[in-house]
Amino acid sequence: MYPQDLHYTKQHEWVRLSDDVGVVGITDYAQQELGDIVYVDLPRVGAKVEQGKAMGSVESVKAVSDIYCPVSGEVIEINDALATAPEKLNESPHGDGWLVKIRLSVPAEIQGLLSAADYEKYVAEETGH
Amino acid sequence: MTPLAPLKTTALHAVHRRMGAKMVDFGGWDMPLQYSGILDEHRAVRSAAGLFDVSHMGEIEIRGVDATALTDYVTTNAVQKLQPGQAQYSGLLYEHGGFVDDVLVHKIAHDHYFLCVNASNQEKDFEHIATANKLQSSVELTSDRYTQFAIQGPRALASLQKLTPADLAAIRYYHFIDGSIAGVPARIARTGYTGEDGFEIYFAPEHSERVWSDILNAGQEFGIKPCGLGARNTLRLEAGMALYGHEIHSTITPFEAALGWIVKLDKGEFIGRSALVRQKEQGITRKLVGFEMTGRGIGRDDYEVFLDGIPAGWVSSGGPSPTLNKNIGMCYLPSDRAKLGQRIQIVIRNQAVDAVTVAVPFYKRAY
Repeated sequence: MYPQDLHYTKQHEWVRLSDDVGVVGITDYAQQELGDIVYVDLPRVGAKVEQGKAMGSVESVKAVSDIYCPVSGEVIEINDALATAPEKLNESPHGDGWLVKIRLSVPAEIQGLLSAADYEKYVAEETGH
Repeated sequence: MTPLAPLKTTALHAVHRRMGAKMVDFGGWDMPLQYSGILDEHRAVRSAAGLFDVSHMGEIEIRGVDATALTDYVTTNAVQKLQPGQAQYSGLLYEHGGFVDDVLVHKIAHDHYFLCVNASNQEKDFEHIATANKLQSSVELTSDRYTQFAIQGPRALASLQKLTPADLAAIRYYHFIDGSIAGVPARIARTGYTGEDGFEIYFAPEHSERVWSDILNAGQEFGIKPCGLGARNTLRLEAGMALYGHEIHSTITPFEAALGWIVKLDKGEFIGRSALVRQKEQGITRKLVGFEMTGRGIGRDDYEVFLDGIPAGWVSSGGPSPTLNKNIGMCYLPSDRAKLGQRIQIVIRNQAVDAVTVAVPFYKRAY
């Protein structure tokens, strides 16, 4: 269920890497836990972001949740469609619901992220299933 | 460390689990937050019908020849005006005028009142009423004897009508009958907490699972959905209804909470009356108003409210309105600024975002 080509964090974000650019999103587990997402707050294009730091937030009907940056770098594109259609995060968290594209400043950070299998195992442990 | 008390559960707990509800700790109760999703459930209630298990709510019964006098003494609304079979929204207050709780008073007979109270307040409410009972009334906390369901929405009546010989259309708003649902003796009240037409029913817990599935089956042709507390909250917010712990609590009076209509100062003595008389003379200093966001962002519970760049109040409840497709809420403001069209700012993650005060309720049903 979790695509093999993505790298995952324990804060439930993912990165899809091509060359030195990473597309970042939240995982299917994250969107399920949040419920109906109604608002997304993203960094501006050009913003410098740092691994592990909050770079924005997603809000469901019930709650606000920080988005933690899975990799350091510069934001080169944001998913504008989410401003009017935040439900894309629920419908397609690993696809159309991507959040930002980041030009990586520390490509080695990717090595510290989880594989699909490890992430799936982590979620299973966390939910006790 | 002291281990936390185990969460309390309703008679429907196994059903909620089995049906895949996402559960939440609500004031010590393990309750369904959502089934299919808050937005989906919210829309079902606005357009068709929804079924809620609200058995966590408490029931207190006051009986005896002095039942009317005691009920009148502990609540703010005029109990003497109630007819048997009539219900009334009311407040239980402390002497200083703040809320112990908000309650629904049902008059069953001149010597019997049935109060529906908030789950997490039920023991406190019971103590409060029992302490005030200087007369010969019996005051009983009877929550364990009732399952409470809410069936709400434009097709609630059609759904429930299939399960009872009683003529539900003949029950007026804020009235109730003792009848039966699916063959089970039940108190059927035309009340609710969603802004829609609908019913709240009370019956013996041993029948919970069967009545739940019978209602879902009966309502299937009308599009009924099981609903959780998430949708209950967005629905009541759109309807501008108060939630204890948010709009009202021990330091808020009914006048401040825009609930002056449940206070009958001329009815005779009641707990909190002299404080309210004094406040009415002096005037209130803060008042609850509705708002909608004009800037980007969602003003949520407990966020700070600024006027002219200065802290001036707080959001009591706020969130997205699925029906209006806006971000709405209620907030406390200094009373001299609590007028419609007042521009305010709500502090969202350290940023002041524009909002404007608007009339409550945000949503009114058209039928």
